[in-house]
Amino acid sequence: MTLLAYGVAVWVFAIGIYGAIVSRNLIHLALCLTVTQSSTYILLLTIGYRHGAGAPIFDDVKLGTAAVDPVVQSLTLTDVVVSVTVIALILALALDVHRQSGSVDPDEISTLNG
Amino acid sequence: MSWALPLPVAVPLIAAALLVATGGVLPRRVLDAIGIAAAATAAAFAFVVLAASERHDLLHWFGGWHPHHGIALGISFTVDPLGAGMAALSSTLVLLVLVYSWTFMRRQSQTYDVLILTFGGAMAGFALTGDIFNMFVWFELMGVSAYALAGFMVEELGPLQGSINFAVTNTVGAYLTLMGIALLYARTGALNLAQIGGTLGHRPADRLVIVAFALVVTGLMVRAAIVPFHFWLADAHAASPAPVCALLSGAMVELGIFFIARVYWTVFAAPLHVHGAGVRDVMVALGVATALLGAAMCFLQRHLKRLLAYSTISQAGIMLAGLALLDPRSLAGVANLVLAHGLLKAGLFLICGVLLVELRHIDELDVHGAGRRLPVTGVLWLVGTVGLIGIPPLGVFLAQQLLDEGARTQGFGWLAAVGAVASGVCAGAMLRAGARIFLGWGADQDDLLTPEPDEDAPERDVSLRLMATIAGIAIVLGLVAALVPGLEARTKVAAERFADTSAYRAVVLHGAAHGDAAAHLPYSALRVDTAAALYGLAALAIAAATAAFGLWHRRLPSGLRRLGARVLWPPVTVVRDAHSGIVGDYLLWLSAGTVAIAAVWALTL
Repeated sequence: MTLLAYGVAVWVFAIGIYGAIVSRNLIHLALCLTVTQSSTYILLLTIGYRHGAGAPIFDDVKLGTAAVDPVVQSLTLTDVVVSVTVIALILALALDVHRQSGSVDPDEISTLNG
Repeated sequence: MSWALPLPVAVPLIAAALLVATGGVLPRRVLDAIGIAAAATAAAFAFVVLAASERHDLLHWFGGWHPHHGIALGISFTVDPLGAGMAALSSTLVLLVLVYSWTFMRRQSQTYDVLILTFGGAMAGFALTGDIFNMFVWFELMGVSAYALAGFMVEELGPLQGSINFAVTNTVGAYLTLMGIALLYARTGALNLAQIGGTLGHRPADRLVIVAFALVVTGLMVRAAIVPFHFWLADAHAASPAPVCALLSGAMVELGIFFIARVYWTVFAAPLHVHGAGVRDVMVALGVATALLGAAMCFLQRHLKRLLAYSTISQAGIMLAGLALLDPRSLAGVANLVLAHGLLKAGLFLICGVLLVELRHIDELDVHGAGRRLPVTGVLWLVGTVGLIGIPPLGVFLAQQLLDEGARTQGFGWLAAVGAVASGVCAGAMLRAGARIFLGWGADQDDLLTPEPDEDAPERDVSLRLMATIAGIAIVLGLVAALVPGLEARTKVAAERFADTSAYRAVVLHGAAHGDAAAHLPYSALRVDTAAALYGLAALAIAAATAAFGLWHRRLPSGLRRLGARVLWPPVTVVRDAHSGIVGDYLLWLSAGTVAIAAVWALTL
């Protein structure tokens, strides 16, 4: 069961990257990056998961009650916050690209090369 | 002393928030003053921390979460002289850039200053942190402010393309690093570098640890612009405002290299000890490939900022190769290279800004001979270029001497020759460009070189004297930094401490204090080694030959030219076409490179 989750993380990472590689639309590209990023959530949460354990809320429970690892959950939250900024920036850049050139195809806007 | 550790980070971040909050209320002059004062304060504190860290490592546990019985739960800043030196270098460059931009970017919104301060704070945090997830957060903050700065001129397509390529590739790099961090946490349950290293202990690394190492290092290599992850750098530099380039090339790329060293010695040195040769060979190969490819591409550019960008890639390759020797002496060389190259390259980019204002273009063929009326700028360009060659005893010479010593002890004596060729070719391209612009030498047509789109020049109502002064300060500092008495001995001691894994662990987890290391540091004059001096002079000869070839290759006999074209042109075309400017291609290289590196290590180690 846990192995499956690790496999899913790798798979989601790979399809996200694949989508970004073949993308012909900057908005689509940004969404592919969020897919790639979701794989890091899956990986982090899987690492902290424990069978039969509850949420890591230690109010009104007996000492020694099993809980999933709260550290990876806060790492995931931080990851969400940090990456949302990046994705927002890429989307803003895509808007500006469209305003300048009328296109959002990364192949068409290429002026720098070599 | 530990109270001062967060200040090089906190001061610019708080000032940035203050600028955003008061942007509409206070007059522009006051806002500029706040920004520059904050940058100056941060730089001053970075130097205070650097001076204090020479005696013993400094620690700051945020929120007072000290380790108990050798278990660290809190987040720490763990500072040794190399980390503090990185913070001091980046804070100094931020200060210079803000003063420079005071007139250069006057017409831009206040957001520019805010982003520069955030960028500076993030770079300092990255250099000082002792926690691997905290590193990831600074990595992303540094990234996101840099992407925004690279695409700051949104009225043009070039900066947008450069910024998108930069943002997308580096974001994927950050995810790779994060996956590596997650795997390390899964194995050790720790995020503090010392704690992870302590838990992994001396048991030989298994596949999981090796894959984690490959992922973390690959993500950092994207930031450090190592082949085949380097493509974004040239695009981001070609279109960014000159002062932003100075920060990207002068500090950010080097921070990627710095953290590869940090994470190797604090976490992986012991588990990978038996595999040292495999790790070394792969990273030396990547470094050499980067140094040579960067140099070749550098020669093929006519747009000054893109030319300098490829020279940065080439130097990053030398840094990685030097670090990959896993020898404290060559690590000291890398530290000196970061210092001298950072200041010189930042100064040269700032000169590009001056040229853009004066000549309206920074394409060496378009402004052929137009710089004859700018003798001071021309001399600064020449001085900066000479500093990057490594002629004894100036500029990057000390760095290359130390690198060479480390390389010879590790049986990689030929690395110095690669370094001389790479620095020589890059410097030759810069000399060629300088000779065309400031002297009008050579032809004003050259079909070897790649044209790039123009950028809008800023208005002429800027203080060129101020801009040239700031550029001159950076270049002169970079040229003479190696002459500071005792610098060689100090960086050597610092590098040995940096590479001393068990001492680092004892300091962080058990609060052990080092002896008073600074007491034994001599203020000795620079020692010039004969072999290193010869390599420096060889690089000078290569630079002169490259520049002469670039300027006058049409005068070669036609048979020789035809033969050269037939042999060299096909590979040059292939390499040049690979730098397509299309982000999908870059991601393909990135994925292939990551898989290749991870596979090689996972199968052979």
